[in-house]
Amino acid sequence: MRETNMKKILISLLFLLFGNSAYADCNIKSGSINILANDFPALRTFVETAKGCKGSADFKVTHSSEHNKIAVPALTANPSEFSARIAANSSIVPLMNQDLIRPLDDLVKKYGKGIQDSQLITIDGKIMAVAFMANTQHLYYREDVLKELGIAVPKTYEEVVAASEKIRASGKMQYPYAAAYKAGWNLAEEFVNMYIGHGGEFFKAGTAQPSINNAKGVATLNMLKKLAGLSNPDYLTHDSEAIKVEWESGNVALMTLWASRSGTLLDDDGDAKITAATKLTGPATVAGGNIPAATLWWDGFTLAKNRSDADAEATFRALAHAAANKKMVADAADQAVWLIEGFKPGPKSIGVIEAVKMKAKPYPMLPQMGLMHGALGSEIVEFLQGKESAEQALKDVEAAYMSKAKEQGFL
Amino acid sequence: MPNKTFFWFFLPTGLAMILFIGLPIISTGIQSFYAQHDQVVKEVKKCDPFGCTVSIVVDQEKTSKIREEKPLGKFNGFGTYVDRNHLAIEEIGKFWNETNTFGEFVDQVTNLPFYKALIFTLTYCLFVTPNVLLLGFIIALSLNAVTRRIRGPLIFGTILPMIVTPLVGSLVLFWMIDAEGIIGANLQMLMDDPYLSLKSSKTLTWITIIIYGIWHHSPFAFVVFYAALQTVPQEPVEAAIIDGASRWQRVRHIVLPHIYPVVTFVALISLMDNFRVFEPIIGFSAEGSAQSLSWLIYDNLVNEEVILFGSAAATSMMTIVGIAILLAPVLIRTWKEFRTAR
Repeated sequence: MRETNMKKILISLLFLLFGNSAYADCNIKSGSINILANDFPALRTFVETAKGCKGSADFKVTHSSEHNKIAVPALTANPSEFSARIAANSSIVPLMNQDLIRPLDDLVKKYGKGIQDSQLITIDGKIMAVAFMANTQHLYYREDVLKELGIAVPKTYEEVVAASEKIRASGKMQYPYAAAYKAGWNLAEEFVNMYIGHGGEFFKAGTAQPSINNAKGVATLNMLKKLAGLSNPDYLTHDSEAIKVEWESGNVALMTLWASRSGTLLDDDGDAKITAATKLTGPATVAGGNIPAATLWWDGFTLAKNRSDADAEATFRALAHAAANKKMVADAADQAVWLIEGFKPGPKSIGVIEAVKMKAKPYPMLPQMGLMHGALGSEIVEFLQGKESAEQALKDVEAAYMSKAKEQGFL
Repeated sequence: MPNKTFFWFFLPTGLAMILFIGLPIISTGIQSFYAQHDQVVKEVKKCDPFGCTVSIVVDQEKTSKIREEKPLGKFNGFGTYVDRNHLAIEEIGKFWNETNTFGEFVDQVTNLPFYKALIFTLTYCLFVTPNVLLLGFIIALSLNAVTRRIRGPLIFGTILPMIVTPLVGSLVLFWMIDAEGIIGANLQMLMDDPYLSLKSSKTLTWITIIIYGIWHHSPFAFVVFYAALQTVPQEPVEAAIIDGASRWQRVRHIVLPHIYPVVTFVALISLMDNFRVFEPIIGFSAEGSAQSLSWLIYDNLVNEEVILFGSAAATSMMTIVGIAILLAPVLIRTWKEFRTAR
């Protein structure tokens, strides 16, 4: 363990010393660049690549898993603290709601060489973001455990339940299933996935009126509860990181987790036997549906509106350099599913590729979706704990959402 | 101290308090009466790497005009205070009419977020505060009786829980009570129940947080009591010993009356602190089972991608009112004593 860590540190030091010279300088003469981004390996690689072309511009970056909490206040300030924000489907919405990001059409025309059309996020005909990687949640399984018990790789959540029950009955593992069910954002995300898998709609068409208190909502909750029953009893405190640890300790044989975490699951750290037996497959479907119970996500960059044009230009040039960088994509092929030209998907990107093939839906980019997500995260907990009925839980979600939506002026 | 001297003495503190405490509270109060403007939305075409869809966005042109005219938002009066996520006046009325038994009614009310949080907050206060006072006092008495040579290290050890940052303290305990942690695993063995989990049961989570609260706050009570014990005059104590008073009688009739004002002080501070319980909920990842008023504010401000300033402000104001109500009996009593003393 220690040796591999030392090696890693050495390599990253070498990378810091000599790595940048490998990238072409984009000859940016002035301006200051300050980027806010989430914290996972692929984003670090992306920002590092952008840094390689900063020229004589100032370059700062903040990687934080708390990026959502900082983004809106920091970009509301004028001038904004950050010149760019790496956002995703959900986190671009509050920026759009508050009118904090600028259209990129002119910059794309001028400096966007090599960026593919499919990378452009256009809203109402204007380019608002440039995507560079895709993400989703999908199934991971332990090949050795499934083989030993003669279980086929599950394709539906019903099969996941059956397989987990079989593993538990065999006495091999007490809690064979894991997913990030931590009360709050994570748990709500699991609901969103499962509800979409059931073919549910969150709002009455064309309005901000909630519509989750229906048979599909109830079925969603019941499935979540079944899966929770097969998970470690502490599931309400487990986020992605915690279940990753559970997996690496060999306590779990089936897991729903982000594709962007596959890199750290399959690296040389930890038990080699478990790593070798860790296999990826697409997201599961549920209740006989065709589309997977998962949502597709993109990560892309947006530019702050409240910042000078010169800074925006410098920032765009640096980030565009990374967003069309074939060398980065080739070097970091196993860190993410890049949307950039020249990407050759490896074994770690099976999950996302499968999800796209199965026509998974993107996470809903609606202005009021964040409020629904927030209400879900706290109001369905008591159902999972067995303290209230599914109907009551869904009624609570709708009521909590409506109060918040009224305060925000959506209803 | 003459009033004039006192005034000049207090002035800098007073100004700082107005600037850093008074004005923010007023600003929060004002914000709690406002809600966001009605959102003007429009249908647009959205394209991303996964395809194009027709969706809705906020119409910025129209919205920015309204925002510029009235930056505070739409006046909402007590609208936020009485909505379902706060006092829920309407809902409670409905529950009262719809439910058959009182138990059912209470169930429905405690299912509302504000009341759920209020009940946890009050439970926490009511269990932690007296225990902190009691434990702090017992530790102070015991340490006071220990020989001077080892008192220093003992005092340091005792105030350690207070030195440890609350978040770190709760995280340490969180890992210890994990199903695979030292306490969690041993409890499972002791109880012979492999499914026992301190984190998944609501009651056990509450108990854990309360025990943590007592552990964390006792040193404060101890330090203050210990200092107060140093001021207890020795003559009456010695006289009592000669009169044959037991240890308990001496504590009850001499020590306690002497340090009584300090007990009031510690009780006040402790109540205030406990009413704002927050860190352990984050540290223990206990959001699912235990929510406090402070946690609700935090949730409104950061847990959603849309920041609910009105909601957070309303809960803040109600927390302040809650603390005032809780402290009222003690404050009134102190005031009366102050009057009679003069």
